[in-house]
Amino acid sequence: MNWGSAGDFFAMGGYGLYVWGSYLVTAVLMLAEPVLARRQHAEALRAARDHDDQET
Amino acid sequence: MSLRLFTFAAPARFYALAGALIPWLWAATALLAAAGLYIGFFVAPTDATQGESYRIIFIHVPAAWMSMVLYLVMAFWAAIGWAFNARLASMVARALAPTGAMFTFVALWTGAFWGKPTWGTWWVWDARLTSELILLFLYLGYIALINAIDDVRRADHAGALLAVVGAVNVPIIYFSVKWWNTLHQGATISMTAAPKMASTMLTAMLLMTLAFWAYAFAVVFMRTRAIVLEREQHTDWVGALAHGKQQPQGAGS
Repeated sequence: MNWGSAGDFFAMGGYGLYVWGSYLVTAVLMLAEPVLARRQHAEALRAARDHDDQET
Repeated sequence: MSLRLFTFAAPARFYALAGALIPWLWAATALLAAAGLYIGFFVAPTDATQGESYRIIFIHVPAAWMSMVLYLVMAFWAAIGWAFNARLASMVARALAPTGAMFTFVALWTGAFWGKPTWGTWWVWDARLTSELILLFLYLGYIALINAIDDVRRADHAGALLAVVGAVNVPIIYFSVKWWNTLHQGATISMTAAPKMASTMLTAMLLMTLAFWAYAFAVVFMRTRAIVLEREQHTDWVGALAHGKQQPQGAGS
């Protein structure tokens, strides 16, 4: 085990800003991208429905 | 006979197959990332020279690899779509670009946050960093170009040309640390030499790489499915699909 306490873990041996600054931004982007892709899919489905309704 | 080979090249078949695979890909992403992060933070030891700052490697190197691989995959499918007039290939190329751009940004961002404590600077205009920045501009240029042209097939062709020409940048990025003097360290993994890092560090990094692969497949499949619907709007199967999922009047947003 590398860390004596939660405080140790978050401090990252004095490199907390750099380690967590990297991981946080990566996590935000990798969580946001699927949400945006899902929204694009929902919108495409809605547009297909409108298109179909207009024809019939 | 040869018809079977192209079964999944039909957008409707691809739509169904990708839809079935996506939940499994997300499950794989979550499991691999959890294992990689656990080993990376709780099993892998502190680095003798860099202290804890080296733990950025577990996302930096996989993101940098993905940024290059996804570009080549994008250029490949864009070229196939162009040469053989294969619609699905062009759609996959389009779907890959945002994910590739995202990983390129992550590689640059985490590199800056690693460079500051180890080199004393967030950024230098050296060969590796600059060529990776150009990769980001190539992705953004590709996205801007295909969105600027209204005719989708023309947009696909123009995008393919840009993607294929830009592919020359990928070997430049990869070999930049050999060809020029740069602040950036050499290749982390080599096929010919024994790994220089502790095996637990290597394990964590490879698990994160696999997690990023699964993530890329999942999110690119999601985006491809959306693009298939956008482009096949006029077809019967999309019409039926859209109506099958229709919500009761007034309930939808």
